[in-house]
Amino acid sequence: MAETIQLEVTRYSPEHDAAPALQRFEVPYRKDWVVLDALNYIKDKLDGSLSYRWSCRMGICGSCGMMVNGEPKLTCATFLSHYAPGAVRVEPLRYFPVVRDLVIEMTDFMVKLQKVKPWIIRKDEKSIADGEYRQTPQQLDVYKQFSMCINCMLCYAACPVYGLDPLFTGPAAIALAQRYNMDSRDEGARERMDILSQHEGIWACTFVGECTKACPKNVDPAGAIQQYKLTAAKEWFKSLLVPWGAK
Amino acid sequence: MTRHEAKGATQYTPYHPRWYRTRVSTYWWLWKWYYLKFVLRELSSIFVAYFVVITLLQIHSLGRGPDAYVRFEERMRNPLMIALNAISFLFVLFHTITWFNLAPRAMVAHLGGKRVPDALIACSNYVAWLAISAVVAWFILR
Repeated sequence: MAETIQLEVTRYSPEHDAAPALQRFEVPYRKDWVVLDALNYIKDKLDGSLSYRWSCRMGICGSCGMMVNGEPKLTCATFLSHYAPGAVRVEPLRYFPVVRDLVIEMTDFMVKLQKVKPWIIRKDEKSIADGEYRQTPQQLDVYKQFSMCINCMLCYAACPVYGLDPLFTGPAAIALAQRYNMDSRDEGARERMDILSQHEGIWACTFVGECTKACPKNVDPAGAIQQYKLTAAKEWFKSLLVPWGAK
Repeated sequence: MTRHEAKGATQYTPYHPRWYRTRVSTYWWLWKWYYLKFVLRELSSIFVAYFVVITLLQIHSLGRGPDAYVRFEERMRNPLMIALNAISFLFVLFHTITWFNLAPRAMVAHLGGKRVPDALIACSNYVAWLAISAVVAWFILR
Protein backbone atom coordinates (compact mmCIF):
# COMPACT_ATOMS: atom_id res chain seq x y z
CA MET A 1 0.00 0.00 0.00
CA ALA A 2 1.28 3.42 -0.92
CA GLU A 3 2.40 5.76 1.82
CA THR A 4 -0.03 8.51 2.81
CA ILE A 5 0.06 11.72 4.84
CA GLN A 6 -2.68 13.48 6.80
CA LEU A 7 -3.70 17.00 5.85
CA GLU A 8 -5.80 19.15 8.17
CA VAL A 9 -7.40 21.85 6.07
CA THR A 10 -9.49 24.80 7.22
CA ARG A 11 -13.02 24.67 5.86
CA TYR A 12 -15.36 27.63 6.07
CA SER A 13 -18.56 28.17 4.18
CA PRO A 14 -19.98 31.63 4.92
CA GLU A 15 -23.48 30.37 4.05
CA HIS A 16 -23.46 27.44 6.48
CA ASP A 17 -20.73 27.82 9.11
CA ALA A 18 -20.51 30.20 12.03
CA ALA A 19 -16.76 29.65 12.26
CA PRO A 20 -14.05 27.78 10.33
CA ALA A 21 -13.22 24.19 11.29
CA LEU A 22 -10.44 21.79 10.32
CA GLN A 23 -11.21 18.86 8.03
CA ARG A 24 -8.89 15.87 7.77
CA PHE A 25 -7.86 14.39 4.44
CA GLU A 26 -5.54 11.53 3.66
CA VAL A 27 -3.45 12.09 0.56
CA PRO A 28 -0.65 10.08 -1.05
CA TYR A 29 2.75 10.99 0.32
CA ARG A 30 5.28 11.68 -2.38
CA LYS A 31 8.70 13.17 -1.76
CA ASP A 32 8.44 15.57 -4.68
CA TRP A 33 5.02 16.90 -3.66
CA VAL A 34 4.54 20.33 -2.20
CA VAL A 35 1.56 21.28 -0.01
CA LEU A 36 -0.16 22.77 -3.07
CA ASP A 37 0.08 19.39 -4.87
CA ALA A 38 -1.70 17.81 -1.91
CA LEU A 39 -4.44 20.48 -2.04
CA ASN A 40 -4.84 19.90 -5.78
CA TYR A 41 -5.14 16.16 -5.11
CA ILE A 42 -7.92 16.83 -2.58
CA LYS A 43 -9.75 19.08 -5.02
CA ASP A 44 -9.41 16.63 -7.92
CA LYS A 45 -10.04 13.35 -6.11
CA LEU A 46 -11.57 13.84 -2.67
CA ASP A 47 -13.61 17.03 -2.39
CA GLY A 48 -14.12 19.37 -5.32
CA SER A 49 -15.64 22.05 -3.12
CA LEU A 50 -12.32 22.98 -1.48
CA SER A 51 -11.47 26.61 -2.31
CA TYR A 52 -7.98 28.10 -2.41
CA ARG A 53 -5.94 30.41 -4.62
CA TRP A 54 -3.02 29.35 -6.76
CA SER A 55 -1.63 30.04 -10.16
CA CYS A 56 1.99 29.66 -11.22
CA ARG A 57 3.15 26.93 -8.76
CA MET A 58 6.70 28.25 -9.04
CA GLY A 59 7.02 31.01 -6.46
CA ILE A 60 6.39 33.96 -8.77
CA CYS A 61 2.68 34.80 -8.73
CA GLY A 62 2.33 35.11 -4.95
CA SER A 63 -1.19 33.61 -4.90
CA CYS A 64 -0.79 30.44 -2.85
CA GLY A 65 0.31 31.91 0.50
CA MET A 66 -1.25 30.04 3.44
CA MET A 67 -0.43 29.11 7.00
CA VAL A 68 1.32 25.72 7.04
CA ASN A 69 1.61 24.35 10.56
CA GLY A 70 1.21 27.88 11.87
CA GLU A 71 3.87 29.50 9.66
CA PRO A 72 3.11 31.70 6.63
CA LYS A 73 4.37 29.82 3.55
CA LEU A 74 4.01 29.70 -0.20
CA THR A 75 2.35 26.30 -0.51
CA CYS A 76 3.99 25.78 -3.91
CA ALA A 77 7.42 25.94 -2.29
CA THR A 78 6.73 23.98 0.89
CA PHE A 79 7.40 20.26 0.62
CA LEU A 80 5.32 17.62 2.39
CA SER A 81 8.58 15.79 3.16
CA HIS A 82 9.47 18.66 5.48
CA TYR A 83 6.58 17.68 7.78
CA ALA A 84 6.22 13.92 7.18
CA PRO A 85 5.21 11.67 8.80
CA GLY A 86 3.24 14.12 10.98
CA ALA A 87 0.02 15.75 9.85
CA VAL A 88 0.22 19.02 7.92
CA ARG A 89 -2.18 21.76 9.01
CA VAL A 90 -3.15 24.20 6.25
CA GLU A 91 -5.00 27.36 7.23
CA PRO A 92 -5.79 30.65 5.50
CA LEU A 93 -3.27 33.50 5.87
CA ARG A 94 -3.44 34.90 9.38
CA TYR A 95 -4.90 38.38 10.16
CA PHE A 96 -6.93 38.58 6.92
CA PRO A 97 -10.70 38.04 6.76
CA VAL A 98 -11.58 34.59 5.41
CA VAL A 99 -13.92 34.52 2.43
CA ARG A 100 -14.18 30.74 2.10
CA ASP A 101 -11.98 27.79 3.12
CA LEU A 102 -8.41 28.97 2.42
CA VAL A 103 -9.31 32.11 0.46
CA ILE A 104 -8.64 35.42 2.19
CA GLU A 105 -9.84 38.95 1.45
CA MET A 106 -6.91 41.13 0.39
CA THR A 107 -8.51 44.51 -0.33
CA ASP A 108 -6.85 46.00 2.75
CA PHE A 109 -3.38 45.22 1.36
CA MET A 110 -4.29 46.49 -2.11
CA VAL A 111 -5.54 49.81 -0.69
CA LYS A 112 -2.38 50.25 1.37
CA LEU A 113 -0.12 49.32 -1.51
CA GLN A 114 -1.69 51.99 -3.70
CA LYS A 115 -1.48 54.56 -0.93
CA VAL A 116 2.35 54.49 -0.85
CA LYS A 117 2.55 55.29 -4.59
CA PRO A 118 4.70 52.36 -5.72
CA TRP A 119 5.55 53.74 -9.14
CA ILE A 120 8.14 56.14 -10.54
CA ILE A 121 7.20 59.75 -9.85
CA ARG A 122 8.88 62.47 -11.92
CA LYS A 123 8.70 66.21 -11.45
CA ASP A 124 9.01 66.62 -15.22
CA GLU A 125 8.15 63.66 -17.37
CA LYS A 126 10.43 63.18 -20.36
CA SER A 127 8.66 62.85 -23.66
CA ILE A 128 8.87 59.46 -25.35
CA ALA A 129 10.98 61.01 -28.09
CA ASP A 130 13.60 61.97 -25.47
CA GLY A 131 14.22 58.31 -24.74
CA GLU A 132 14.30 56.21 -21.62
CA TYR A 133 15.56 57.02 -18.13
CA ARG A 134 19.01 55.46 -17.94
CA GLN A 135 20.33 53.58 -14.94
CA THR A 136 23.68 51.96 -14.18
CA PRO A 137 23.94 48.40 -12.75
CA GLN A 138 25.17 49.96 -9.49
CA GLN A 139 22.05 52.15 -9.30
CA LEU A 140 19.92 49.08 -9.93
CA ASP A 141 21.66 47.12 -7.18
CA VAL A 142 20.67 49.72 -4.58
CA TYR A 143 16.96 48.81 -4.75
CA LYS A 144 16.91 45.47 -6.59
CA GLN A 145 16.39 43.40 -3.44
CA PHE A 146 13.21 45.31 -2.55
CA SER A 147 11.88 44.99 -6.09
CA MET A 148 11.71 41.20 -5.77
CA CYS A 149 8.43 41.41 -3.78
CA ILE A 150 5.66 39.28 -5.30
CA ASN A 151 2.83 40.69 -3.11
CA CYS A 152 2.18 37.30 -1.52
CA MET A 153 1.32 38.91 1.84
CA LEU A 154 3.19 36.31 3.88
CA CYS A 155 4.89 39.20 5.68
CA TYR A 156 1.50 40.55 6.78
CA ALA A 157 0.56 37.16 8.17
CA ALA A 158 3.89 37.08 10.04
CA CYS A 159 3.54 40.56 11.54
CA PRO A 160 1.92 40.73 14.99
CA VAL A 161 1.79 44.53 14.67
CA TYR A 162 -0.49 44.21 11.64
CA GLY A 163 -2.60 41.70 13.57
CA LEU A 164 -3.04 44.09 16.48
CA ASP A 165 -3.26 47.34 14.53
CA PRO A 166 -5.04 46.84 11.19
CA LEU A 167 -4.27 50.44 10.23
CA PHE A 168 -0.54 49.65 9.98
CA THR A 169 0.62 50.11 6.38
CA GLY A 170 2.56 46.88 6.71
CA PRO A 171 5.88 45.37 5.60
CA ALA A 172 5.44 44.75 1.87
CA ALA A 173 3.87 48.15 1.10
CA ILE A 174 6.66 50.00 2.95
CA ALA A 175 9.38 47.87 1.34
CA LEU A 176 7.92 48.68 -2.07
CA ALA A 177 7.77 52.38 -1.23
CA GLN A 178 11.45 52.13 -0.30
CA ARG A 179 12.13 50.32 -3.57
CA TYR A 180 10.94 53.44 -5.47
CA ASN A 181 12.57 55.88 -3.05
CA MET A 182 15.93 54.29 -3.77
CA ASP A 183 15.43 54.20 -7.51
CA SER A 184 17.70 56.77 -9.16
CA ARG A 185 14.96 57.58 -11.71
CA ASP A 186 12.40 58.48 -9.05
CA GLU A 187 11.70 61.92 -7.58
CA GLY A 188 8.75 61.07 -5.34
CA ALA A 189 10.54 60.41 -2.04
CA ARG A 190 9.07 63.55 -0.44
CA GLU A 191 5.50 62.64 -1.41
CA ARG A 192 5.90 59.13 0.00
CA MET A 193 7.55 60.43 3.15
CA ASP A 194 4.42 62.47 3.98
CA ILE A 195 2.36 59.28 3.82
CA LEU A 196 4.80 56.90 5.47
CA SER A 197 6.09 59.06 8.31
CA GLN A 198 2.63 59.02 9.87
CA HIS A 199 2.05 56.85 12.89
CA GLU A 200 0.40 54.04 10.89
CA GLY A 201 3.39 54.09 8.54
CA ILE A 202 6.93 53.27 9.56
CA TRP A 203 6.58 54.29 13.19
CA ALA A 204 4.01 51.60 13.97
CA CYS A 205 6.68 48.99 13.25
CA THR A 206 8.42 47.75 16.39
CA PHE A 207 11.00 45.67 14.50
CA VAL A 208 9.76 42.20 15.40
CA GLY A 209 11.62 41.05 12.29
CA GLU A 210 9.29 38.16 11.45
CA CYS A 211 8.33 39.66 8.07
CA THR A 212 11.88 39.22 6.82
CA LYS A 213 11.97 35.60 8.00
CA ALA A 214 8.67 34.83 6.28
CA CYS A 215 9.59 36.47 2.96
CA PRO A 216 10.08 33.81 0.26
CA LYS A 217 11.98 36.25 -1.97
CA ASN A 218 14.50 37.59 0.59
CA VAL A 219 13.17 41.12 0.30
CA ASP A 220 13.95 42.02 3.94
CA PRO A 221 10.96 44.32 4.60
CA ALA A 222 12.07 44.78 8.22
CA GLY A 223 15.38 46.19 6.99
CA ALA A 224 13.56 48.47 4.54
CA ILE A 225 11.38 49.89 7.31
CA GLN A 226 14.30 50.51 9.69
CA GLN A 227 16.31 52.19 6.92
CA TYR A 228 13.28 54.32 6.16
CA LYS A 229 13.00 55.29 9.84
CA LEU A 230 16.62 56.43 9.74
CA THR A 231 15.94 58.55 6.66
CA ALA A 232 12.78 60.02 8.22
CA ALA A 233 14.65 60.89 11.43
CA LYS A 234 17.42 62.57 9.42
CA GLU A 235 14.86 64.55 7.42
CA TRP A 236 13.16 65.66 10.61
CA PHE A 237 16.45 66.89 12.08
CA LYS A 238 17.23 68.70 8.85
CA SER A 239 13.84 70.45 8.92
CA LEU A 240 14.51 71.40 12.53
CA LEU A 241 17.93 72.89 11.77
CA VAL A 242 16.99 74.44 8.45
CA PRO A 243 13.26 75.18 8.72
CA TRP A 244 13.37 77.40 5.64
CA GLY A 245 14.78 74.50 3.59
CA ALA A 246 12.91 73.03 0.66
CA LYS A 247 9.70 71.26 1.66
CA MET B 1 -19.46 47.32 14.17
CA THR B 2 -16.23 45.37 14.57
CA ARG B 3 -13.10 46.78 16.16
CA HIS B 4 -11.50 47.04 12.72
CA GLU B 5 -14.35 49.07 11.27
CA ALA B 6 -14.38 51.33 14.33
CA LYS B 7 -10.69 52.09 13.81
CA GLY B 8 -11.29 53.14 10.23
CA ALA B 9 -9.59 50.22 8.48
CA THR B 10 -10.59 49.30 4.94
CA GLN B 11 -14.37 49.33 4.69
CA TYR B 12 -16.41 46.74 2.89
CA THR B 13 -19.91 47.11 1.51
CA PRO B 14 -22.80 45.39 3.32
CA TYR B 15 -23.47 43.34 0.16
CA HIS B 16 -20.45 41.14 0.73
CA PRO B 17 -20.87 37.66 2.17
CA ARG B 18 -19.95 37.16 5.80
CA TRP B 19 -16.23 37.03 6.17
CA TYR B 20 -14.69 35.37 9.12
CA ARG B 21 -12.15 37.34 11.09
CA THR B 22 -10.12 35.71 13.83
CA ARG B 23 -9.32 37.76 16.90
CA VAL B 24 -5.70 38.09 17.91
CA SER B 25 -5.20 36.49 21.30
CA THR B 26 -3.89 38.69 24.11
CA TYR B 27 -1.23 36.02 24.56
CA TRP B 28 0.05 36.11 20.97
CA TRP B 29 3.56 36.71 22.28
CA LEU B 30 3.58 33.24 23.82
CA TRP B 31 2.95 31.57 20.43
CA LYS B 32 6.62 31.20 19.69
CA TRP B 33 9.97 31.83 21.31
CA TYR B 34 10.86 34.51 18.81
CA TYR B 35 7.81 36.61 19.75
CA LEU B 36 8.62 36.20 23.44
CA LYS B 37 12.19 37.27 22.76
CA PHE B 38 10.87 40.35 20.99
CA VAL B 39 8.60 41.27 23.92
CA LEU B 40 11.48 40.77 26.38
CA ARG B 41 13.65 43.01 24.20
CA GLU B 42 10.98 45.71 24.31
CA LEU B 43 10.59 45.31 28.08
CA SER B 44 14.33 45.59 28.58
CA SER B 45 14.14 49.32 27.85
CA ILE B 46 12.46 49.76 31.26
CA PHE B 47 15.62 48.40 32.88
CA VAL B 48 17.80 50.63 30.72
CA ALA B 49 15.78 53.62 31.98
CA TYR B 50 16.13 52.31 35.55
CA PHE B 51 19.93 52.24 35.20
CA VAL B 52 19.89 55.80 33.91
CA VAL B 53 17.93 56.89 37.01
CA ILE B 54 20.34 55.02 39.33
CA THR B 55 23.33 56.64 37.62
CA LEU B 56 21.74 60.09 37.95
CA LEU B 57 21.08 59.45 41.67
CA GLN B 58 24.70 58.34 42.08
CA ILE B 59 26.00 61.52 40.45
CA HIS B 60 23.60 63.59 42.54
CA SER B 61 24.85 62.05 45.83
CA LEU B 62 28.44 62.44 44.63
CA GLY B 63 27.77 66.17 44.20
CA ARG B 64 26.43 66.44 47.72
CA GLY B 65 29.69 65.33 49.31
CA PRO B 66 31.38 62.19 50.75
CA ASP B 67 28.75 61.57 53.48
CA ALA B 68 25.90 61.51 50.97
CA TYR B 69 27.87 59.15 48.74
CA VAL B 70 28.53 56.73 51.61
CA ARG B 71 24.79 56.73 52.34
CA PHE B 72 24.09 56.00 48.66
CA GLU B 73 26.54 53.09 48.69
CA GLU B 74 24.94 51.69 51.83
CA ARG B 75 21.52 51.84 50.23
CA MET B 76 22.88 49.97 47.22
CA ARG B 77 24.30 47.21 49.49
CA ASN B 78 20.75 46.20 50.42
CA PRO B 79 20.24 42.60 49.16
CA LEU B 80 17.01 43.66 47.47
CA MET B 81 18.85 46.37 45.54
CA ILE B 82 21.62 43.93 44.60
CA ALA B 83 19.05 41.44 43.30
CA LEU B 84 17.22 44.15 41.35
CA ASN B 85 20.46 45.46 39.90
CA ALA B 86 21.59 41.96 38.90
CA ILE B 87 18.32 41.34 37.05
CA SER B 88 18.52 44.79 35.46
CA PHE B 89 22.07 44.12 34.36
CA LEU B 90 21.00 40.91 32.60
CA PHE B 91 18.20 42.77 30.82
CA VAL B 92 20.54 45.59 29.81
CA LEU B 93 22.99 43.04 28.40
CA PHE B 94 20.12 41.39 26.50
CA HIS B 95 19.00 44.81 25.24
CA THR B 96 22.49 45.74 24.06
CA ILE B 97 23.27 42.45 22.35
CA THR B 98 19.93 42.12 20.56
CA TRP B 99 20.04 45.71 19.31
CA PHE B 100 23.67 45.51 18.21
CA ASN B 101 22.83 42.39 16.24
CA LEU B 102 19.92 44.20 14.60
CA ALA B 103 21.92 47.36 13.81
CA PRO B 104 23.18 46.16 10.38
CA ARG B 105 19.59 45.85 9.17
CA ALA B 106 18.91 49.53 9.71
CA MET B 107 22.35 50.84 8.76
CA VAL B 108 23.40 50.38 5.18
CA ALA B 109 26.90 51.74 4.68
CA HIS B 110 28.82 51.71 1.44
CA LEU B 111 32.59 51.71 1.15
CA GLY B 112 34.23 52.00 -2.24
CA GLY B 113 30.95 51.22 -4.01
CA LYS B 114 30.40 48.01 -2.04
CA ARG B 115 27.99 47.40 0.79
CA VAL B 116 29.76 46.99 4.13
CA PRO B 117 29.11 43.42 5.38
CA ASP B 118 26.58 43.08 8.21
CA ALA B 119 29.08 41.37 10.51
CA LEU B 120 31.45 44.34 10.26
CA ILE B 121 28.73 46.85 11.27
CA ALA B 122 27.66 44.71 14.24
CA CYS B 123 31.31 44.17 15.15
CA SER B 124 32.11 47.90 15.14
CA ASN B 125 29.29 48.40 17.67
CA TYR B 126 30.76 45.75 19.95
CA VAL B 127 34.25 47.23 19.65
CA ALA B 128 32.94 50.69 20.56
CA TRP B 129 31.04 49.16 23.49
CA LEU B 130 34.18 47.40 24.78
CA ALA B 131 36.30 50.55 24.36
CA ILE B 132 33.83 52.76 26.26
CA SER B 133 33.41 50.10 28.97
CA ALA B 134 37.19 49.94 29.37
CA VAL B 135 37.40 53.73 29.80
CA VAL B 136 34.59 53.68 32.40
CA ALA B 137 36.23 50.74 34.22
CA TRP B 138 39.55 52.60 34.26
CA PHE B 139 37.89 55.62 35.92
CA ILE B 140 36.11 53.51 38.54
CA LEU B 141 38.77 50.93 39.35
CA ARG B 142 42.01 52.96 39.26
